[in-house]
Amino acid sequence: MSRYFTQEHEWIDVDGATATVGITDYAQGQLGDIVFVEMPSAGTALTKGGDAAVVESVKAASDVYAPVSGIVTEGNAALEADPALVNTAPESDGWFFRLTLSDAAELDGMMDATAYQAFVDGL
Amino acid sequence: MRYLPLTESDRSAMLAVVGAASIDDLFSDVPVEARLTAPIAGLPNHASEMAVERHFSALARRNMAASHTPFFLGCGAYKHHIPASVDHLIQRGEFLTAYTPYQPEIAQGTLQMLFEFQTQVARLLGCDVANASMYDGSTACWEAISMAGRVTKRKRAVLSSGLHPHYVNVAKTMAKFTGDMLDTASPVLESQTDSARVIASIDAETSCVVIQYPDILGRIEDMSEIVAAAHKHGALVVAVVTEPVALGAIKSPGEMGADIVVGEGQSIGVGLQFGGPYVGLFACKEKFVRQMPGRLCGETVDAEGKRGFVLTLSTREQHIRREKATSNICTNSGLCALAFSIHMTLLGEKGLRALAKTNHAMAGVAADRLTKIPGVSLVNESFFNEFTLKLPTEARPIVRALADRKVLGGVSLGRLYPGVKALETGLVVAVTEVATEEDIEAFAVALQELLS
Repeated sequence: MSRYFTQEHEWIDVDGATATVGITDYAQGQLGDIVFVEMPSAGTALTKGGDAAVVESVKAASDVYAPVSGIVTEGNAALEADPALVNTAPESDGWFFRLTLSDAAELDGMMDATAYQAFVDGL
Repeated sequence: MRYLPLTESDRSAMLAVVGAASIDDLFSDVPVEARLTAPIAGLPNHASEMAVERHFSALARRNMAASHTPFFLGCGAYKHHIPASVDHLIQRGEFLTAYTPYQPEIAQGTLQMLFEFQTQVARLLGCDVANASMYDGSTACWEAISMAGRVTKRKRAVLSSGLHPHYVNVAKTMAKFTGDMLDTASPVLESQTDSARVIASIDAETSCVVIQYPDILGRIEDMSEIVAAAHKHGALVVAVVTEPVALGAIKSPGEMGADIVVGEGQSIGVGLQFGGPYVGLFACKEKFVRQMPGRLCGETVDAEGKRGFVLTLSTREQHIRREKATSNICTNSGLCALAFSIHMTLLGEKGLRALAKTNHAMAGVAADRLTKIPGVSLVNESFFNEFTLKLPTEARPIVRALADRKVLGGVSLGRLYPGVKALETGLVVAVTEVATEEDIEAFAVALQELLS
């Protein structure tokens, strides 16, 4: 399983054709206390760069874009009851949604953990 | 000193930028026959303040004021008695000049008032949550259709034929630009509503059904069957209440399972006011709150644990995410909402129930009396304070002739549905607590004379 990062502060875990998407620890720190996450429902077709989810904090509401194209298989139901999971465990239990990749080539050129850390340090 | 900031050359320069030859060019969309070609008769370009006052007082005397004559008009705007204390209280400086309460630390009074208003509206309509008000009933109705589209991700709404035609027209105007499809029909002069058509029209593409309750003819129908049919297909039910006083007597739409309940709040506290400003009511089930349009006030606690109020869930509004906002409404009808809230507070639940009872009783007296006139029959099997009569002749000229006899005797369906032959004998009569038995008798006598 490999983890990729985007400049929009999302992480993607890829396991075969399945990808799990969430936002990074840096992103949750910027947003502050998360109060609501609107996740895409299963079956939604996402296009890379299109709207996928909405995350709302006490400070702002932001769109989460689909880092890759694919069909959503599930949203993280745990976030409905406890959106703060995004704050406490952004890169594990606080994942947003899973999808089936439609084009693995879209992952080419994405950052790994080291490159993302360097990217964040430069902000 | 008069403030006339623009010179002729400023104007020419601005017109040149927008590519118009004259100021009149900017009004080219207004039909020629509707444009003024000369000063308004009796109003020269220059006159003293006294002369203008005198002129307008004379014009005003030609009006037939609602409170000077037996009055039976309804169809979406109702004349109720508003206690003098309502107007007195809303004119207190703290309320009258209060502005958007974006800073909760200096706007607790305004916020608390909005919170109380929301609580009253939610309870009255039978819903979990209500917003801080919309512009009026018709725009609230469209917003509900639009919201149902966001919730269901579908774009086809089925409108009951009992929905006020002006509300239907507002929805049609908006749908022209949003691409929503509206399934509409004209009402029929029968005691039965078109719920069978509505139910048959619901399919997997239907975002919502819109039911007015009581409807434009005053009919009252149990919505449960429509609710069940809509929910079976994943569609929402939008209920529209144009006369909220009715809910002091009949089951609320929320209790019957409606998902979104909207209404016109004019009836309580606001008054007729020449048609506006009015106040839109908007409430829904809690699970849909994030798709609800408009401003929402919430109760919370401050850093010291004391009760306080703030605007909440603001990310739905356009000052946070303009392009993703649920609606382009970015305000509410604050003063009218306040008047509603004060009147409702003065009434209390007991008072509202008593008021509703009086309205229905007076309407019953009027219906009994008017249907004694040969040729006049009652369309409704059920009604609250408004019912539809079938006259032996076209109703619209009768309403005109009644007005000449100093009786404002209802709204003709020919006025609401011009050109619909089957409705032209219909007369919708509203009777509230302001009508007396003498008024009803005067109406009946005048109508009988005109029909004989």
